[in-house]
Amino acid sequence: MELLDKLSVLADAAKYDAACTSSGAKRGFERGKIGCTSSGVMGCCHSFSADGRCITLLKVLLSNDCMYDCKYCVNRRTNETRRATFTPEELADLTIQFYRRNYIEGLFLSSGVLRSPDYTTELMIRALSILRREYLFNGYIHAKAIPGTSPELVEQLGMLADRLSVNIELPSEASLRALAPNKTKAAVLRPMRFIADRGQENRRELVKYRHAPRFAPAGQATQMIVGATGESDRRILTLTQSLYDTYHLKRVFYSAYVPVVENTLLPSLDTKPPLLREHRLYQADWLLRFYGFRAGELLDEGQPDFDPLLDPKCCWALRHPDFFPVEVNRADYEALLRVPGIGVVSAKRILVARRGGALRAEDLKKLGVVLKRAQYFLTCSGRSTAPLRLSLEGVRRNLTATERASLPAGPLDQLSLFEPA
Amino acid sequence: MAWREVVYEYDGSFDGLLCCIYESYTQKELPAAFFRTGELEPCLYEVRAVTTDAAHARRVYEGFRRFSPEVGPFLRRAYWTCLPEKELAIYRFAAKLYREGKPLLQRLSDETYHPLLRAVRQLNGELEQYRGFVRFSDIGGALAAEIEPKNRVLPLLRGHFCQRCHNETFFLYDRTHREALFYADGHSAIVPLEEFVMAPPDETEKRYRRLWRCFYDTIAIRERENPKLRMSHMPKRFWPLLTELQSDPDAIPPSPSLCAAFAAPGAPAAIPAPATRQAPAPSAPASAP
Repeated sequence: MELLDKLSVLADAAKYDAACTSSGAKRGFERGKIGCTSSGVMGCCHSFSADGRCITLLKVLLSNDCMYDCKYCVNRRTNETRRATFTPEELADLTIQFYRRNYIEGLFLSSGVLRSPDYTTELMIRALSILRREYLFNGYIHAKAIPGTSPELVEQLGMLADRLSVNIELPSEASLRALAPNKTKAAVLRPMRFIADRGQENRRELVKYRHAPRFAPAGQATQMIVGATGESDRRILTLTQSLYDTYHLKRVFYSAYVPVVENTLLPSLDTKPPLLREHRLYQADWLLRFYGFRAGELLDEGQPDFDPLLDPKCCWALRHPDFFPVEVNRADYEALLRVPGIGVVSAKRILVARRGGALRAEDLKKLGVVLKRAQYFLTCSGRSTAPLRLSLEGVRRNLTATERASLPAGPLDQLSLFEPA
Repeated sequence: MAWREVVYEYDGSFDGLLCCIYESYTQKELPAAFFRTGELEPCLYEVRAVTTDAAHARRVYEGFRRFSPEVGPFLRRAYWTCLPEKELAIYRFAAKLYREGKPLLQRLSDETYHPLLRAVRQLNGELEQYRGFVRFSDIGGALAAEIEPKNRVLPLLRGHFCQRCHNETFFLYDRTHREALFYADGHSAIVPLEEFVMAPPDETEKRYRRLWRCFYDTIAIRERENPKLRMSHMPKRFWPLLTELQSDPDAIPPSPSLCAAFAAPGAPAAIPAPATRQAPAPSAPASAP
């Protein structure tokens, strides 16, 4: 098979993996080696595909010849599709040549399960060590650890890659049992646990010996499919929270389920991917990671799903009127972060700017505060920033109207003169 | 006595601008406008030509240290932005800083400080974009690429690409500001260059371009297509120079100003591929990093 065909088959098979970041790793340049990752905290996006997702890494499978039969997956054994496998040399050459031309920041390598998880991981290790040692590639590598792989192999993989990830695939064990009969929760969590422990141990080693070999310096991530099974947003978010807490994951990715195969256990083929739901989950994910929110605060039993019309932070604010208004000139950083329309950057700017004098409402806009949302929740030196005093219901209506512009156009609502009470 | 209002004519470098600030304070002159040498427009004010003196420039630059070590680098970045009348904006900010001192640096929404902050933020954003959106072509073993930025990002991209491609020979041409970054064997230089025409790609280069375009087209999920989102992350002004968005797999189209050079067979001698070009003496970089 031509390399061009192989690439199209194996990139097509990998495209549903959401992770495509190069953040968190710092690979200084070394003489004689190719490339470095200097972007540090922030990743570097090299392009954006037609669906608006960023392209940072050459995202491919090593092979799509999978022996598993996961119902939701295009690569499953029983699916009639073209199969291909890269040789390590082809993969290394593609990575290096794309990297030189500044097309990509590195390689994202996953694979279908050939023969057994261990066998597949050994193939991946071989490909990556050829890339690292023979082709002297010093850029970013993200490798997938396949559930069920033995820890020794995960260890070797982690020494070659910057980031590892194990896909949790579905948000509950029951769904996993129904849709991915060859994978179990334990098989997924075992490598995840191992990577977390090994990473911590490595950090201790690095304190003692500066040149100790690094194990997955950019940490680990995971991904789950949203909308293939019936879990509520609350369940997904609680799971996310516990993954961040117990396994110290850097990222949890969500992937709106795109129906690719017909199966009675799955949504029908004409279902649209739940993009808005995925978007809300990402918004909530950011609130967990950067804004000090807990999953239990955003969703509870009475409200197990996100409001499609309003973002999670606004919803939280409307449910907690007692927390507001927040005084811009006095509130602490944590309180500022809870205000809709204020983000990490603008909250930090407020902290700096208010030392130089009391802030007025017109200053806030220059600091990057989105007043469209924030005005209802702030006071500047005791004066409300909203032009009108509104009821909670009025605020909700205005916020929803603001949000509507950014939402995909839905079916138009018929206006009624006689609102049902 | 009131300060004399004048118009400064300087050499168009950051050091030159610092010398203008020096002149203004030693001669008690208030600049009403700045012009680069040769770009002077008729005006009613007295025109003063300021010669660049490295010692004066350094004195002004070091003087900013007493407010914060970040002021100097910040103003240098501000000077590289595309802010209209940036010289005047920088001068006014410096004057206000001398008058009011350090507290000005906290007033992020100050009417003199904020425009500079916004412009630098925009420059930093464009810098971040260009780290990703530069597309090199392999031409006879050396890499070449073109960019068309709004701000002068080339001096800032220099460190990044010299590290990333430290084992390559490369050439990066800025169409907007007509200057080029050369790098070979650990030495780099930025030199003004009026025109540059990319050499046509050879077979290997075409092959990797095709592979890249194939990857780019394959990786998008059709069911999720979202042109608006793509455009907001990757505005259309970048598209003409992105390999993956060209319909013709083998060519990178020239910018309008260069079309003439392509069309006319006897066009002024365009610079050949960087591989065949005599590399500039790296010992004398044309501009400071």
